[in-house]
Amino acid sequence: MFAVALVAIAVTMLLALTRAFKGPTVFDRVLALNMFGTKTVLLIAVMNYVSHGPDFLDLAVLYALLNFVGVIALLKFVREYSLKPEVEIE
Amino acid sequence: MGELWHLPLDLVSWVLLLGGCFFCVVGGLGLIRLPDFYSRMHAAGMTDTLGAGLLLVALAFQATHWMEIVKLFFILGFLVFTSPTAAHALARAAFTHGLKPKLAEPPPDVALAAEQTDTIAETVSCEGGVSSAS
Repeated sequence: MFAVALVAIAVTMLLALTRAFKGPTVFDRVLALNMFGTKTVLLIAVMNYVSHGPDFLDLAVLYALLNFVGVIALLKFVREYSLKPEVEIE
Repeated sequence: MGELWHLPLDLVSWVLLLGGCFFCVVGGLGLIRLPDFYSRMHAAGMTDTLGAGLLLVALAFQATHWMEIVKLFFILGFLVFTSPTAAHALARAAFTHGLKPKLAEPPPDVALAAEQTDTIAETVSCEGGVSSAS
């Protein structure tokens, strides 16, 4: 049953990657990347129950946070063409 | 006593898991097939809420230790807070960048304003844009 979930998540990741390659605008690519990251979190969480190895759930928590920070940073870069803070320091 | 609970818990977990898989794949198909950016955001949001939510709750039913449940709900909580934030920032960035939603027919106020002078048409379409953004 976990194999079904793994296959479904992998298929969804492939579809998201297709949109990331095709995407006409940069926002489509960011959207697809965000979804790809979320699906990575789910994939790692399901992997925790397939392989009884190390604890993958900590990695999933970490990926969830990194994904969010990455998307926000990318959007700031797209909007303002730089990662500098908005407040001018005198 | 512990063995007695395994079957119904597994059953609930499998149903939720299959539901989560269904929403994930449907969201992926929507991301490919929907016509414009804003409708694709809807598909992606569906996988983030229903797909991820159902899958993580299904995994929580399979947990053997209470710490796993805590971690799974941590992940779920992060996703619940971060994915709408990311979607909001993405939609705002796209809208301020000038990306317009694709409509089946032009909005009525813009079509009406097109018959009048250019300046009025501009103000009305701006108002329509602001109201649809908020």
